[in-house]
Amino acid sequence: MSTSSESWISTDNATDVIRRDVDSINETGGRGRTVVVTGLASDSHTWNLVYLQLLVEELGYDVVNLGPCVPDDLLVSECRDIQPALIVISSVNGHGFTDGMRVIDQLRAQEQLTATPVVIGGKLGVTGGESAQHIQDLVAAGYDAVFEDGADTTLSFSKFVKSMPQPADQKALS
Amino acid sequence: MTVPVLGRGGFGDFVARARTAGELVVQPRMGFSDPVDMRAGLQAVKAAGATTVGTLTLDSYTRVGDLRNAEKALSDGVRLNGYPIVNYDEATTRAVLAGVRGTDFPVQVRHGSAVPLDIFAALMRAGIDATEGGPVSYCLPYGRTPLDESVRNWTRCCELFVWLREFGMEPHLETFGGCMMGQLCPPSQLVAISALEALFFYRFGIRSISASYAQQTNMEQDREAVAALRRLCAELLPAAQWHVVIYGYMGVYPASDEGAYALLGRSAELAVASGSERLIVKTVAEARRIPTIEENVSALEFAAGVAHDTDPADYPAVDQDSQVYAEARALVDAVLDLDDDLGRALLLAFKRGYLDIPYCLHPDNMGSARSYIDDDGRLRWAELGSLPLGSVVDKVSPRKVASADLLTALSYVRHTYDDAALEHAAARTISGTEHVLPRKQHERHGIARTRRGR
Repeated sequence: MSTSSESWISTDNATDVIRRDVDSINETGGRGRTVVVTGLASDSHTWNLVYLQLLVEELGYDVVNLGPCVPDDLLVSECRDIQPALIVISSVNGHGFTDGMRVIDQLRAQEQLTATPVVIGGKLGVTGGESAQHIQDLVAAGYDAVFEDGADTTLSFSKFVKSMPQPADQKALS
Repeated sequence: MTVPVLGRGGFGDFVARARTAGELVVQPRMGFSDPVDMRAGLQAVKAAGATTVGTLTLDSYTRVGDLRNAEKALSDGVRLNGYPIVNYDEATTRAVLAGVRGTDFPVQVRHGSAVPLDIFAALMRAGIDATEGGPVSYCLPYGRTPLDESVRNWTRCCELFVWLREFGMEPHLETFGGCMMGQLCPPSQLVAISALEALFFYRFGIRSISASYAQQTNMEQDREAVAALRRLCAELLPAAQWHVVIYGYMGVYPASDEGAYALLGRSAELAVASGSERLIVKTVAEARRIPTIEENVSALEFAAGVAHDTDPADYPAVDQDSQVYAEARALVDAVLDLDDDLGRALLLAFKRGYLDIPYCLHPDNMGSARSYIDDDGRLRWAELGSLPLGSVVDKVSPRKVASADLLTALSYVRHTYDDAALEHAAARTISGTEHVLPRKQHERHGIARTRRGR
């Protein structure tokens, strides 16, 4: 059960921030064809993760779905082992900002993950409609994109994934 | 009467007395990290124009046993999404409840933990006699705790909880098994898991029990489900005080206020039409954020008003041998046949896929069963996997589900109620008639209501 509902699709205005442009990802990250989709340690919501898995698979990637309530240690070790093309963190329980800030430091501290694209999205605070400051803080802490829940969130996220080097190209290169 | 008064003045007795008085008990989900806010929330719920019980919803750090981060948030002044009952000392929680909780206003702790021993200890220290959960429903949908660990934990908690009787209290446990992922689980499996969890509590000596059922996609099917649940509980819990609690829709909620109120109203109708004793409400804010105290009070009063205006006699009788019952019965029987120890039987059931929650990502869930919403809005099986329903379910309907299909299914209820709200608005504009928003109805009900059954 959860304080917030299973609802994670909103019609509020999107406030997405994307830090790095595609070229920088081409240069620094985006290896392989596996994407990690994950919830955060205190977040029990699942439907967002099921949906994201299907969506990312349709965009041409394999998905390792770590599911809900993933402890920080497990998230870091799985990502270190998998070395994914992208890490997608989804949070809808209102602790996303706090937990997301904590986790990004641990991910970026890994040598193998310093350049891996990492994005976070969902309902990131308890008040609804997170402040621009929080979003800027997340980006400054090392997220490549922040997708605060809104009408165009899925579209923005899909665009972001499509803008990454295609798995097929990677295959051809390797 | 399925709900005898046990005379200990606790949660179960309050619901039993309300039932006798013909009142539906309504309850919010509500939790704040600041004790002052928490107390104000309980006071507002108590003062609402409805027959209410109070809720302490815990924060999600506490739910996963991460007391360190709960503590850090408290010391940093970061607001949590619930009340961290384990981090606060007994005196703090008793102060939150003092003069608010009583025989006329019981309070339940709602959490969601598969590792709940600390939570049980804390709520018992604070003199609280009611909480909720279950070895399956608080494990599979919501985390990574292995199911066998959850079964062991919930066994210990039940054994601990019955000690309350030594202090003159009657422990009450509510199953969360009627929810399982909130949406897209066919009602028969919700009923089966809710009934099995109720039996789990019963076998460990709990004698005041509520079995939950979460509103799904079709009123008729929901009524059949509650009838099936009542039939199973009557059989499985012969010597218990028990009642049924309905959860207002737990899936993707309508975005419009009018749609949200209409859906909430429908859950109140379901509660009354199905003879249920208690309803846990949702608010207009569900689609956007955690609701405020005021939004919760509005939802409680609105639901109570609709319940008051609903006459069970207006609904046709439900077939006691419905398809939902046949499936739920088959699932319960198959699980009980696996082992005399219900905890072991539940573990085996998930291992063999006799119970299998569609789309649940937990490693102990087989994940072969799939569901769909048919043209009438009924939830049906698309694929049975290893569920022992081959002789009960006529036909399944396998299909490839793309992300857009999943979104459509998840949003079915939202769209149904938001579209209806839009059509109403359009009809009003065309006909030039006065707006009669659900909010107005609730205000009318709210003023007219008194707290009866006290």
